[in-house]
Amino acid sequence: MYQYTDFDRQFVRTRAEQYRDQLQRHLAGQLGEDEFRPLRLQNGWYLMRHAPMLRVAVPYGELSSAQVRVLARIARDYDQPAHAVFQDAVAAQSRLGEIQLRDGRAIGSRLSTGYAHFTTRQNVQFNWIPLARSADVMDLLASVNMHGIQTSGSCIRNITTDALAGIAVDEVADPRPWAEILRQWSTLHPEFAFLPRKFKIAISGAHEDRAASAWHDIGLRLRRNGQGALGFQVLVGGGMGRTPVIASTLRDFLPRDQLLNYVEAVVRVYNRWGRRDNKYKARIKILVKAEGQRFVDEVEEEYRQIVEVDGAPHTLSAAEFERVNVSFVPPALRSGRKTVDAKVFLILQATAEHDLEFGRWLQRNVRPHQDPSLRAVTLSFKRLGQAPGDATADQLDAVAALAERYSAGELRVTHEQNLLLPWVRCDQLAELWREARQLGLAKPNIGLLSDMIACPGGDFCDLANARSIPLAEAIQQRYQDLDELHDLGEIDLHISGCINSCGHHHSGHIGILGVDKDGREWYQLTLGGSDGTRLSGAPVPGKVIGPSFSAHEVPDVLEAVLEVYREQRLSAETFIDTLRRVGLEPFKAAANLARHVLEAPETALA
Amino acid sequence: MKLLAAHQHISRPEGLHVLELANDADPRELALEGVDRIDLHFPSFTDGRAHSQAFLLRRRLGYAGEIRATGDVLADQLPLLARNGFSHAVLRADQDLVVAERQLARFRSHYQGDAVQPRPRFAQLSR
Repeated sequence: MYQYTDFDRQFVRTRAEQYRDQLQRHLAGQLGEDEFRPLRLQNGWYLMRHAPMLRVAVPYGELSSAQVRVLARIARDYDQPAHAVFQDAVAAQSRLGEIQLRDGRAIGSRLSTGYAHFTTRQNVQFNWIPLARSADVMDLLASVNMHGIQTSGSCIRNITTDALAGIAVDEVADPRPWAEILRQWSTLHPEFAFLPRKFKIAISGAHEDRAASAWHDIGLRLRRNGQGALGFQVLVGGGMGRTPVIASTLRDFLPRDQLLNYVEAVVRVYNRWGRRDNKYKARIKILVKAEGQRFVDEVEEEYRQIVEVDGAPHTLSAAEFERVNVSFVPPALRSGRKTVDAKVFLILQATAEHDLEFGRWLQRNVRPHQDPSLRAVTLSFKRLGQAPGDATADQLDAVAALAERYSAGELRVTHEQNLLLPWVRCDQLAELWREARQLGLAKPNIGLLSDMIACPGGDFCDLANARSIPLAEAIQQRYQDLDELHDLGEIDLHISGCINSCGHHHSGHIGILGVDKDGREWYQLTLGGSDGTRLSGAPVPGKVIGPSFSAHEVPDVLEAVLEVYREQRLSAETFIDTLRRVGLEPFKAAANLARHVLEAPETALA
Repeated sequence: MKLLAAHQHISRPEGLHVLELANDADPRELALEGVDRIDLHFPSFTDGRAHSQAFLLRRRLGYAGEIRATGDVLADQLPLLARNGFSHAVLRADQDLVVAERQLARFRSHYQGDAVQPRPRFAQLSR
């Protein structure tokens, strides 16, 4: 992990002091809501449907056990609204009704407090902290080198990457030092604090793109050129929202020391040219689409001037790269037992063959590692009774202890809203599995249908048109059978409560989008989207399959779609491959037949 | 950075060559010879275009005269203005001067270079 310097620590503390000053002036009536809003947003504080929401920055998803314990403390002591606030929220959510399932069960909102939520951008959110206590929380975060800097607002947001960064077997180079260098450069950048809209950067360092690079405002992919030099493919102008766009390639190979100079050029052109008259047309993707080659030429000219006129002051020196990079050396683990590891793994395999569940866990939740004696283990936060990516204070404490015992005190928040332990010894896998299972975090469903992505949706978010969490719960309930889940295989199911697409529905093999029709919750289904991973293929938005469905139709429609897959698949073909081979039509037809209005007469005939 | 109250701001002082630049204009197209002052406007403090204009004037074009921020200029954005090369700021009428000075004094240094200190922190350290 990156090791904070005295300067870094002081910087975060100063930021917390600055925020306290702003909050106090706001609470004293000296700083109006319009003036305070952008300031609190750039520290991660939103005002949501029922209460404030805090988004804590987790740079490229990396957390230490000590940080997770502080997150647990915040969940336990601060994520606690006044009684009346919570009662009002419960009442408001119950008015939205329940999803009636075919088997007679009904699923509604089940609000709770005292927990953290992992986001698709590898950050952590809290939903109930009273604003008056927000400055105390920032102090607490600063005590473990954490903050909410630029987790919201029209500025450069937290840099995301692959959760397997620095350990993936298919890695060209570790993206974390580059993410850290970009984090420092973008932190409180004076020129880019009020861009036309938010700006998201992702970096992938592996052959497989697990960072959804092409869906970002800037996507960076580390690669080597013919001479073996390291550089970046630079993608610009990707994004989801109302207009899903796959990023365009501006540079096939940018020399690595030019990263900051080139990103500065892109962001400056965006700041000057990006639309500010219409929120939905303000992202850089619209500018890239509208201006095309003119945008590319302007960026290249700006970059040339940065280099030739300004003297390229942000050219990265080898010394600075080394200073940052040295933080990311693999941890020294307690015992080097490499010689026996091969044997241990054989024993593990034998055990796995006898114990089906452990075998499945090894298959789904355990990934290979650059160090052959180690593995990366994903703890599943997709289980019944808790929303996708939610962790209570006790669970956070338990996970911090697990990471200390089995993963050198380090964890990663994944894009799929789980936690990953990056440094697990092969000979401790069985032990870790038993402990994780006791905590309910060893469900062997990583990458499967029930490992779905879902935004907080209409249970919390002010922007949402419909709820995501009860729908996720309904699907989770229907697909509990592990035999069935494993038979269905790898499927990306992504749920967003509105067109802002925080649940990434555009990139799901199956995407569900909440829409508002006459004040009621409806859901649009998209099929065939891809985030750009090997499984999913070239990045592409999914296609809508007809008019939206009511909440209680969605589980049946999903089942119908999956039934088509089961009927049509060839041997070991995945869902997305079958869909691409046979086309949308059979899926669309089955989905439409599953509409309840159509089902009623059929039932009568039967 | 010099802070001015709204009443201290004279938009067209006699004997001074002042340019008022709309925030969508490209400062690189200006003739800067003999210009004493350039006023850059913030229609709203959340519209950040004038920040890039100031950077380009001060750093790219080497303009050494006064760069003045006008419009929706608030205490909490002053540190940005100062770092982007503004030399003067006309505070919105309701802004408190004490609060404004406090914000300017808060951060002693930053990570990235800017119009005033072009070298990023890492380049300053390695010198």
